Amino acid sequence: MNATMEKQRVRIVQGEEKQVEMENKNIVYKTDQLNLWYGENHALKNINLDIYENEVTAIIGPSGCGKSTYIKTLNRMIELVPGVKTSGEIAYRGRNIFDRSYGVEELRTKVGMVFQKPNPFPKSIYENVAYGPKIHGIRDKKILDQIVEKSLKGAAIWDEVKDRLHQNAYGLSGGQQQRLCIARCLAIEPDVILMDEPTSALDPISTLKVEELVQELKKEFSIIIVTHNMQQAARISDKTAFFLNGEVIEFTDTNKIFSTPSDKRTEDYITGRFG
Amino acid sequence: MKLINHTSVVKHMKPRLVINILFKSLFFAATLFGLLVLGILLYRIFTQGIAYLDMQFLQSLPSRKPEQAGIKTALVGTIWLMAVVAPISLSLGVGTAIYLEEYAKKNRFTSFIQVNISNLAGVPSIVFGLLGLTVFVRALSLGTSVLAAGLTMSLLVLPIIIVASQEAIRSVPKELREASFGMGATKWQTIVHVVLPAAIPGILTGGILALSRAIGETAPLVVLGLPLFLAFLPKSVFDMFTVLPMQIYNWTGRPQAEFQSLAAAGIIVLLVMLIIMNSIAVLIRNKYQKRF
Ligand SMILES: Nc1ncnc2c1ncn2[C@@H]1O[C@H](COP(=O)(O)OP(=O)(O)O)[C@@H](O)[C@H]1O
Ligand SMILES: [Mg+2]
Repeated sequence: MNATMEKQRVRIVQGEEKQVEMENKNIVYKTDQLNLWYGENHALKNINLDIYENEVTAIIGPSGCGKSTYIKTLNRMIELVPGVKTSGEIAYRGRNIFDRSYGVEELRTKVGMVFQKPNPFPKSIYENVAYGPKIHGIRDKKILDQIVEKSLKGAAIWDEVKDRLHQNAYGLSGGQQQRLCIARCLAIEPDVILMDEPTSALDPISTLKVEELVQELKKEFSIIIVTHNMQQAARISDKTAFFLNGEVIEFTDTNKIFSTPSDKRTEDYITGRFG
Repeated sequence: MKLINHTSVVKHMKPRLVINILFKSLFFAATLFGLLVLGILLYRIFTQGIAYLDMQFLQSLPSRKPEQAGIKTALVGTIWLMAVVAPISLSLGVGTAIYLEEYAKKNRFTSFIQVNISNLAGVPSIVFGLLGLTVFVRALSLGTSVLAAGLTMSLLVLPIIIVASQEAIRSVPKELREASFGMGATKWQTIVHVVLPAAIPGILTGGILALSRAIGETAPLVVLGLPLFLAFLPKSVFDMFTVLPMQIYNWTGRPQAEFQSLAAAGIIVLLVMLIIMNSIAVLIRNKYQKRF
């Protein structure tokens, strides 16, 4: 767990070892031999993945292959599902998130999540963004005001809502709601942002705005984004992992996976032969 | 080749339409019947009681002389009863609902509790009267006090509040809980700041309906032995008291026609209270009705 700063070897599954020279980047999440079961259903099989700082990592694959399961494991949201069992390890900044001593609340203040369907609270825009800081004990109105403004600006929605901060968030359009949810997530000043198909419920223009936003956000955050849209993965991500039936088939630079995939199944998937 | 013969379809159109109209009228008549009975009832009560309904009626103590008799003790008693039932039944009921919906694991034990709560809602109210008599009036020696009756009534309406609150809590979308948990909120913070605010309209509506049930119930109070005639007001929850339905029951049992009219006037007061409470429930529901 100590050697995160040194040059890394990216092991491509299938045993075939390729040396890829990496820049000196910190590993945020190191997934080691992760298995996950929903009761009897073996949903994730021997997952090994390294997520780097200030990068966008895309997770692609046909529906039901375990993308959501994996991303929800990263902040342990998966534990809300009864009967889930895991084995293996996920280290976040060097510390195993499954450790007994690791509180989920602590983990989730570092790892924000944006969901598939925009899910603002039935509260005002202001209260939505201030929710996270408030539950973490920030009461000072001036600081809250600053956080709200900074987060809404960070999510590129400030100009659209600054005159109606105290109106109900349900009055916003779907695309605005999703950016509000991103702002709400930024408000707890996370380290990593998990996004599970954040644009699948949005129109093309809103999708574009969210994609641009992701590019902007990666300067400050590490982003893991699930998408079933391969063009989106190609446009916005630095690395891409291809999941199939609960396994990682290929995980490498986005450019490479879309130009010269090394596995036949990856090629079939990205050329649209299945999925 | 066509499988449907359109000329024959048209020929059979008429009987179908007739049957359609027949059932429409039948159901309309059924609705009308209920309304009619309610109308007759209200008409009778109002024509009989309205003459006696004035401020003096509301402000006088009961009396053997009908022209002096009033409903003050019963009205004040009903308000005392509500003041005891509302906090007890709401806190127990909402607490139970939160536990069952948010904390309890879904297993045999919790489904056993769930079934029994539903069964409890169907238990005749007089049985709750017997329970109250045994436990609160006798074993705890509370006598026929506001507290004894309030506790009995709280138990009676508890299942209604639990079920209504559970439904309200369950209707809060799980996406909202996920959003809250996803930011590192604890379960308790999520319940207080997300689940309850979204569920409160449903909980209040259920609570008010339960309370209006409590002020209309008579049978358990008869079993508890509440006085039919009481010429003083309770000063604390440990005092004797009586309520509107008991007072009405008392008056209807007397032979003189004036007392029958007083009973009608008492019924009007009770009905007005119920209508006000139900309207508040409807208002709350409409005001907070949110689309998730
Ligand atoms: N809550 C759940 N309970 C049981 N099985 C589930 C649950 N969620 C997902 N699964 C199963 O896990 C597998 C992966 O699902 P998921 O991670 O949602 O796929 P994806 O997001 O890639 O479409 C599927 O076989 C699905 O049926
Ligand atoms: Mg999914």
